[in-house]
Amino acid sequence: MHELAITQGIVEMIVERTESARVTAVYLRIGKVSGVVPDAVRFCFDLVADGTPVEGARLEIDEPPGRARCRTCGCTFDVEGIVVLCACGSADVEVLGGDELLVRAVEVV
Amino acid sequence: MCTTCGCDDAAGPRFTAFGHGAGRGHGHDHDHAEPAPLTVVLEERVLARNDLLAAENRRLLAERDVVAVNLMSSPGSGKTTLLERTVRELATHRSVAVVEGDQETLLDAERIRATGCSVVQINTGEGCHLDAAMLRRGLDELDVAAGSLVFVENVGNLVCPALFDLGESCRVVVMSVTEGADKPAKYPHMFRTADLVLVNKLDLLPYVDFDPDLCTERIHRINPTAQVLLVSATTGEGLAPWYTWLREVEIDD
Repeated sequence: MHELAITQGIVEMIVERTESARVTAVYLRIGKVSGVVPDAVRFCFDLVADGTPVEGARLEIDEPPGRARCRTCGCTFDVEGIVVLCACGSADVEVLGGDELLVRAVEVV
Repeated sequence: MCTTCGCDDAAGPRFTAFGHGAGRGHGHDHDHAEPAPLTVVLEERVLARNDLLAAENRRLLAERDVVAVNLMSSPGSGKTTLLERTVRELATHRSVAVVEGDQETLLDAERIRATGCSVVQINTGEGCHLDAAMLRRGLDELDVAAGSLVFVENVGNLVCPALFDLGESCRVVVMSVTEGADKPAKYPHMFRTADLVLVNKLDLLPYVDFDPDLCTERIHRINPTAQVLLVSATTGEGLAPWYTWLREVEIDD
């Protein structure tokens, strides 16, 4: 459940960056191969935000799919699931996208 | 008092814990506009702070010519037994120190201290992994001598520690034959970032249904460059290549 620590980091960073302004919405990007489960972040968010300027904020998460390039056969492919493996059988791949873990923006009042 | 406009109404119950948010009406007999929310673009990586601290750890370790080995595994794979044996073997000709991570208890630190090695125990409480800030505090406590080898025994967990860079020189995943050959396929994040995988409890191989070749193949399907060594921390079988590997670890600059 590293999502608890991750979510704590997100809320702390937002409070610092917005200088404790009241936050009404948080926009995250959690890629499909980032190793972080969006539902677990949603589960932790209210708990962690409680008592901070982020309390009650709406949480929106976009989840870009994994994209990778195979160094063996050169093809580019979508990654299904968390195992990054080319259809040719090679695991020697470069992840091109879907590993993002970002706080994109917040709305403050 | 209304936290939006500052108006006051002495009558009725008061709930002051929440400000009025956009879209949340309130029951005063007057009108005022809700402030429009302002979008602030941050585009900040969530792990940026940990990664910054990890880079600082890496720099400090390199300055002191210290090699730090991050040992990760599921609970019960034999990390502490492996460390007891490894420390006894290496401490005769090199300064060795250990940072122990567990949710609770000093049990592992006591086992390592019995070998005569410097050790600090980090209890993470609710936490399921070590992070770069925890390692920094551990290293400060230990006051590691220049040229040392530091083992960091992470919290037993094949999921969470994978995501947190500690600033280590290398990452070693320990698994055991009793856990089954399917673990690399089930926990790919952990195995993807490993420099070395130790398959422990080789002495129990005759008693369990475990195919070492299949396991190695599964590790290489996830991480083609990981080295795999079969060892028994209990009997010492297969440990010579592990000691050689440790001597050859290079310090990141």
